[in-house]
Amino acid sequence: MDTGAGPQAAAIESQLKLQDLNARYVEAIDDGRFEEWPDFFMETCKYRITTAENVEQGLPLSIIYATSRAMLRDRVKALREANVYEAQRYRHVLGPSLLVPAADGSIAARTNFMVARVMHTGETALFATGRYLDQVVLTGGAALFAEKTVILDSRQIDTLLAIPL
Amino acid sequence: MNIHERNWPTEGLTRIPYWIYADRELYAEEQARIFRGDAWTFLCLEAELPRPETFRTSNLGDMPVVVTRDRDGAIHAFENRCAHRGSLLCLKQRGEAREIVCVYHNWTYDLAGKLTGVAFRRGVGGKGGMPADCKPDRHGPRQLRVEVLAGLVFATASHKAPPVAQYLGPEIVAKIRRVMKAPVKLLGGYSQILPGNWKLYMENVKDSYHASLLHMFFTTFRLNRLSQRGGLVVSEDGGNHISYSMSADVAGKEYEQAGMRTAQSGYSLEAPELLQNVDEFGDGIGIQILSVFPGFVLQQIRNSLAVRRVVPRGLERTELVWTCFGYADDDEAMTELRLRQANLIGPSGFISMEDGAATGFVQRGIRGADDEESVVEMGGSGTSSEESRVSEAAVRGFWKAYRRHMDM
Repeated sequence: MDTGAGPQAAAIESQLKLQDLNARYVEAIDDGRFEEWPDFFMETCKYRITTAENVEQGLPLSIIYATSRAMLRDRVKALREANVYEAQRYRHVLGPSLLVPAADGSIAARTNFMVARVMHTGETALFATGRYLDQVVLTGGAALFAEKTVILDSRQIDTLLAIPL
Repeated sequence: MNIHERNWPTEGLTRIPYWIYADRELYAEEQARIFRGDAWTFLCLEAELPRPETFRTSNLGDMPVVVTRDRDGAIHAFENRCAHRGSLLCLKQRGEAREIVCVYHNWTYDLAGKLTGVAFRRGVGGKGGMPADCKPDRHGPRQLRVEVLAGLVFATASHKAPPVAQYLGPEIVAKIRRVMKAPVKLLGGYSQILPGNWKLYMENVKDSYHASLLHMFFTTFRLNRLSQRGGLVVSEDGGNHISYSMSADVAGKEYEQAGMRTAQSGYSLEAPELLQNVDEFGDGIGIQILSVFPGFVLQQIRNSLAVRRVVPRGLERTELVWTCFGYADDDEAMTELRLRQANLIGPSGFISMEDGAATGFVQRGIRGADDEESVVEMGGSGTSSEESRVSEAAVRGFWKAYRRHMDM
């Protein structure tokens, strides 16, 4: 029986697909499976980390800025082979997503996050809070990020931001 | 040990005693003798005060400062402190204001920091109020000397400090003007909180020796090898420096032959547009890092331009405030280029993310080693300019200027 439940069911399905995408996304990062990180995005995509202050002032600067999977792969390679940073892990915790479906079938979503950073010494700190502004596209049943903008609430970053958020 | 009983190692500038990063009394003395002393401190870009009747907050070391542009366009800087009970005057980082009003008791100031109004000064209904002979403006926020050079706002609390151009020296002024060659357009900013004493970061900036050794990205893509043509310029008093290198690649194999960690030749970028750049200065210099004592950095890394303020936030804590910019006449493509190259810098910077952490490694490494010393002998013992960047001359220069200000 579908009467009136069509659009609602579709909305619920989109919600679940998007939350599943983000849950797998943060799990890959938290588990240290960085090589899987670019695969959550479309080949041509946009990923950037910035601050709420920059956004509020209409300033375009990003802390990390990538416009393709290739650039994301380069960042992973740099993390593995080039950059020096003390061993650390993240633990993301996400809030429920607020979805705004678009006419072209893509989904815009806002999701709150908090990330703890745990150093190899055991020192644990609330490292970052903010929200994801995502543009998600469903292709062949799979959900991928066309765009992910990570907006940090604070303009202050403790020491460095090596692992992507 | 009382700080006044401590002596600098007899070898001079080639030895840095570790207590210099770990003494609270010394930290307080630095605030008085350097930051509130005869040094000039960079407060903000002129472009951050875009119109008359705007303000920004900044720092003179620990001291909170307000910088304003008044109705006539003139720039002022004064303590962010009310003459009355010492409250902060400006609570926001930036804004528009015709006058400054303290939230606590509504005392009012003009944009030069002069007290213009005391609420209920004559009391109410013939009762209360302030005695006629009371002159609260004598306790007012100290007004700083301000000089704007090439769009950079400098301030000092000192009456004795020479004019900024003289403080910087002609080579530094020329290289500042090279980068600040046109009206700038802000691209954005952020801060890093570094787990180390402020001097550790300034040393890192002046340390042209570490660049291609700590930052592997630099070397492997031949962005900067110490074998590339370039140079190191140190101002006469030692406090200011420029380290620069040419863009042209030098196909030497010194790094590979020495088995350096940072020279693995198998590492290549899948998306080389990150390194796409334009010679906008016309002189072939791809990298110019310029520093001014005590805590200012002007960066040109290819087309990524930024100023950095090194703000002490405690004995073992430093806020590194980044502001990135382009030029007002940049087109969209140029802005996009700068934003992409910003991946190289900042807290996630391919070639800079290690620097903040390195200050923490030193701060932790020297615990229990107050009486030990670090060895700073790359390039000899001098503080003069030289062609080689395999040198710690600018680091020794920093300590030469430091000791002079601190009378050590």
